[in-house]
Amino acid sequence: MSVRRYHSQLRQGAAERRAETHPLTWRLREDGTMVGLEEYVEKKGYAAVREVLNHRTADDVIKTMKEANVRGRGGAGFSAGVKWSLTMKGPDIPRGYLVCNADEMEPGTFKDRLLLEQQPHLLIEGMILAGYANDSCFGYIFLRGEYLEAARAVQRALDEARAAGWLGADIAGSGFDFDIALHSGAGRYICGEETALINSLEGRRANPRDKPPFPGQSGAWGKPTVVNNVETLCNAPGVMHHGAQWYQELSGELSDDGGTKLYGVSGKVNMPGLWELPIGTPASELLERAGGMRDGRTLKTWLPGGGSTGFLLPEHLDSPLDFDSIGKLGSRLGTGLLTVVNEDQSVLALVRNLEQFFARESCGWCTPCRDGLPWTVKLLQALERGEGEPRDIEMLDKLADDLGPGKTFCAHAPGAAMPLQSALKYFRDEFERGVTNPAGVTHDEPMPVGEA
Amino acid sequence: MATIHVDGQRYDVEGSDNLLDACLSQGLDVPYFCWHPAMGSVGACRQCAVKQFKDEDDTQGKLVMSCMTPAADGTRISIDDEQAREFRASVIEWLMINHPHDCPVCEEGGHCHLQDMTVMTGHDRRRYRFRKRTHRNQYLGPFIAHEMNRCITCYRCVRFYRDYAGGTDLGAFGANSNIYFGRHQDGVLESPFSGNLSEVCPTGVFTDQTHSEQYTRKWDLQFAPSICHQCAVGCNISPGERYGDIRRIENRYHGEVNRFFLCDRGRFGYGYVNRDDRPRQPEWRSDRDDGWVTLEVDAALDHGADRLRSARRVIGIGSPRASLESNHQLRELVGEEAFSTGIGVAEQRCLDEMHSLNQRCGLPTPTLREVEHHDALLILGEDLIESAARVGLAVRQAAQARRETLAAERNIPTWNDAAVRTLGQDRYHPVFIAYPTATQLDDVTAARFTLAPDDIARLGFAVAHEIDDQAPAVADLDSATREAARDIATRLMAAERPLVISGGSLGCEAILQAAGNVARALARRARRGGLLLVRREANSTGLTMIGGKPLEWALDELASRRADAVVILENDLYQRLPAAAIDAALTTAETVVVLDHQRTATWAQAHLGLPAASFAEADGTLVSLEGRAQRFFQVFDPSYLRPATRIHESWRWLHVLRGDIRRHPVADITLDAVTRDCARAHPALDAIVDAAPDANYRVHGLKLAREPHRYSGRTAMRAHLNVSEPRVPQDPDSPFTFSMEGYNGIGRPREEVAFAWAPGWNSPQAWNKFTDEVGGHLRAGDPGVRLIAPSPAADAFATAIPESFRGRDGEWQLVILSRLFGGDETSSRAAPIVARAAPATLAVADDDATRLGVDDGDRLEITGQAGSLTLAVRREATLPSGVVGLPAGLAPVLVAGEWVRLAVSRGGGGDAGGHS
Repeated sequence: MSVRRYHSQLRQGAAERRAETHPLTWRLREDGTMVGLEEYVEKKGYAAVREVLNHRTADDVIKTMKEANVRGRGGAGFSAGVKWSLTMKGPDIPRGYLVCNADEMEPGTFKDRLLLEQQPHLLIEGMILAGYANDSCFGYIFLRGEYLEAARAVQRALDEARAAGWLGADIAGSGFDFDIALHSGAGRYICGEETALINSLEGRRANPRDKPPFPGQSGAWGKPTVVNNVETLCNAPGVMHHGAQWYQELSGELSDDGGTKLYGVSGKVNMPGLWELPIGTPASELLERAGGMRDGRTLKTWLPGGGSTGFLLPEHLDSPLDFDSIGKLGSRLGTGLLTVVNEDQSVLALVRNLEQFFARESCGWCTPCRDGLPWTVKLLQALERGEGEPRDIEMLDKLADDLGPGKTFCAHAPGAAMPLQSALKYFRDEFERGVTNPAGVTHDEPMPVGEA
Repeated sequence: MATIHVDGQRYDVEGSDNLLDACLSQGLDVPYFCWHPAMGSVGACRQCAVKQFKDEDDTQGKLVMSCMTPAADGTRISIDDEQAREFRASVIEWLMINHPHDCPVCEEGGHCHLQDMTVMTGHDRRRYRFRKRTHRNQYLGPFIAHEMNRCITCYRCVRFYRDYAGGTDLGAFGANSNIYFGRHQDGVLESPFSGNLSEVCPTGVFTDQTHSEQYTRKWDLQFAPSICHQCAVGCNISPGERYGDIRRIENRYHGEVNRFFLCDRGRFGYGYVNRDDRPRQPEWRSDRDDGWVTLEVDAALDHGADRLRSARRVIGIGSPRASLESNHQLRELVGEEAFSTGIGVAEQRCLDEMHSLNQRCGLPTPTLREVEHHDALLILGEDLIESAARVGLAVRQAAQARRETLAAERNIPTWNDAAVRTLGQDRYHPVFIAYPTATQLDDVTAARFTLAPDDIARLGFAVAHEIDDQAPAVADLDSATREAARDIATRLMAAERPLVISGGSLGCEAILQAAGNVARALARRARRGGLLLVRREANSTGLTMIGGKPLEWALDELASRRADAVVILENDLYQRLPAAAIDAALTTAETVVVLDHQRTATWAQAHLGLPAASFAEADGTLVSLEGRAQRFFQVFDPSYLRPATRIHESWRWLHVLRGDIRRHPVADITLDAVTRDCARAHPALDAIVDAAPDANYRVHGLKLAREPHRYSGRTAMRAHLNVSEPRVPQDPDSPFTFSMEGYNGIGRPREEVAFAWAPGWNSPQAWNKFTDEVGGHLRAGDPGVRLIAPSPAADAFATAIPESFRGRDGEWQLVILSRLFGGDETSSRAAPIVARAAPATLAVADDDATRLGVDDGDRLEITGQAGSLTLAVRREATLPSGVVGLPAGLAPVLVAGEWVRLAVSRGGGGDAGGHS
């Protein structure tokens, strides 16, 4: 049996993708192979770097990013321009680091992978611009350890860029020195949290850090550090090239947010994949582009942007997929990659699977996350096996609440609580069906150790 | 200052604190785990959640972690808020998921912070019904037992061990709910501060193994405020006794000295008190060839008095490990002219030099708390972790305090521990160490110089000259040393509070004089500096203040028959000078009276041996290296459970012996009287009377309880001896009772606290209830009085600068290297210390080892003036060529500073400690 390597699949043909409307993907090749330096430069690559480093100030870059309102594509949606404006700079402040968060590990998410594997030069260009804006002395790409092909592509691109003078001393004759190193992670979801990422980068345990101080004040090795998602950074060259207004207008009437978004669909649809669309495109259009539900089944529920976002119902499909609109529905846009669930699939099993993931990936620093999540898993397992007890669902309600925002050290547990809480809200009957045992009766076969 | 509102009440608090700190300092109870007053906040456990309100009108509020929230002016919080209470109960419930609930068999039970917090939050019903995660435990050495299943993952252990104490071999492993705190593999914990894990750990993961082996609950132990006798630092301790044995030693909070932490020698070195072979009755023989007979007290005193009365001249040999009172009583017995300190002349010269410097160089001696606030340090000739470990720990904090300065510049509060460390990284206040070998503080030094003693002195003299050119210049200084001296001088002068640390460990007066010159130079340049000088033994400083002739003098008086009798106080002379000299003196003497609590080689030479009380059975006063007179109190009456025991304080023995010699019927003496006599006799010790409250001190008309109020078994514990319970022993010497009856509360401030307990607070965390603010001072003032104030007038610079060290052909200069485990006479008689001590080896410089053709483990015979020793070689890359290092604590065959010959030993040979 031959194993075909999986590739992130962009489901838009070259004809559809244009520089003015698809800033992230217009250069991608039909065959899905990497866009090398030569081709990238041919397609106006590094033009923004040459222009900005030689003719614009760092403050100007930040101002433009702020005006464009490029909201963090890692899922939090925080304005990259605002983040950059908060980075400490000055005569007494050491130059710090620009870190690309390429630790894409959100369940159901595979968008950064596309950019990393097929167009790493766009990321490098974005990082140089960000490094310039933040007066960073060095850049790191913190890459998910399992992304081997991306590692090869990024390393090749770094070598090419360095050889061509796009990295190193005096980039494009501007006097600005900047280089980038690739750092492959060791496989922890929590490294996607920016401060845990920094700790891991420093060689420490991947525990998040308390904020404030924010990384912009005291980040990697105590120096000002900016951490941005791959897709966020990939937006910078387009914004610099075409301007903030162009970026804002990309989404037209669809959303208050500007720009495009790499959306995706996975699950039981006919054609899972990725699309670069104006931000605010409704999920219904995505589902349509994905060829609709597979095998003629009906949509039961969907996650708008990864495992740490809340479940939404078919009735929410027409809502714009942007940060604020999805937030109003009680969920989060997250990464913007839809996980589709059909009527045959058990939400209880799905939630149990997700909670198992989040429990396993807890760094173990704070109590609610470390000890609350495994309990959640065991309760879900009991319900799934039909061994639930009458108070289990109230216990899950309480756990979901106690693991919520503001009570834990970082956003990991609140991310785990969101699908649980929304599943308990929308699909409570599935949970209730698992309650069969009377309270306080010992089970013959207690839950085995280590399964959580 | 700031005003905060807690549940509607106004409190004025220190505004730079976090809310948890502020609330605890106000006496409010907020449960917590990961926060520690000495280590700051990290926000991990989420136990200290409170509700914070934006303003008066905000009724909603939101949960915040009080440890991570500033106590800013106008802050409004509620501890009692229902949501906050529920969340805190949830946290305990989560922590209990995997906790084994093995309190009945857990060593921590009864002084467990987790128990206290569980009760405080009201969690009392288990709802988790699934299996618990379990761990395997590790062997961590003779001090610390490991039971990982009890762990609640607060991370305090690694934060203390690594971040605070600089250890590297304890870490957090694993992830999620499977975090493991341990070593990478079984093995002895390397840090000399590992014992603090037993108090830092809020539950029973790391417990005192010496206690486990003879376990008693805290509430069944009898305590007294005591002072550690294992070095000169004067850490305050709470020894706990049951059935006539010391069962454990806990830290006793002192706001200026040890605060929360002890070293492992102090905590685990008490075993000599419990030794079976301790003399417990007077032992007598009229002639050395006779066998010993044990005598009753009166008979022993009569025999002793008869012999001493008929002696031509009696010499008294005192001891730096005995109290001021005992030394004073001996001096009274034999007269000032016949009193020897019992200290070798070389060490005594160093002690006198140190005392003189402390009085006259113009810089004060900082307390340990103050050491932590010095911002540039020069350490000459001391390996602090080995010679005064607790000082070393304070020096580490001083170096690390640079991070707090840097953090303040970025408005990061000092208590935000992780953020402070992140920003500061490895930037430290400058610390310079000159010592013959590497030290355990090297990782925080700006520069380290491994030099022979004379070169250490020269470096010091050169630094002094760079600071103030009135100080003599060093002749023939090489340019590297000159540069180093210039750099050190610049850094010391740039500091707000430079500190010079030196001491007598290397037995080199020139080093002390050099340190003195640096201190004088700093004092003349009007720096707010300090000078801290390390002495070796618990009362070295105090005995120097009493004064007396060196031990060699006493031996000579006896050997030359100018005196025919000697009374030796708590001093094994064989640990101080070569055996031949001791033998000559003691075998010549007609009468040898020895008072000791250990069966030493000296005891074996006695005609009359009087069983003295150890620190655990005695009261007395010690003077620590900072010149602080501190009282230690008797923990238990040794005859209560062992009625045949005739152990008494040496000062009591000597008092009645003196009366007997004069045929005066004497009444018993009390501690207060003997302390007063001692103070009167020695003007410099005048203030020792005020070192602690006298025996008449009462709180609410009550004496103070030595036993917790839940103390059990009093009526049964003597039942095997006699079914009728005797009256509890009376204590005429102190305000403490041998009973649970008496005051033990927190309402009335008192400086002498036998054990830390407050309602709801059974663990050592109860100390927060006794302090003016968390981590501050005892509300009644920290115990003890400072005796030495430096005179403002700077004295003249020392001018005797040694020549630079030159190796010799076929000879090596011997240095004695301080040793924490095995380097102290009494703790070396405790089994756990023996187990922990590294085998004695001879440190040989790499070059020299190569030249001699020896490698690690090969044996070398070391021959000096008085004899030779054979030891295994340890190649020491940092040691300067031409110098060899011998660990402290071996039989004193060889003398520090002497030139020795080395020969490869052909098998067999004498062992370490043996002498030929």
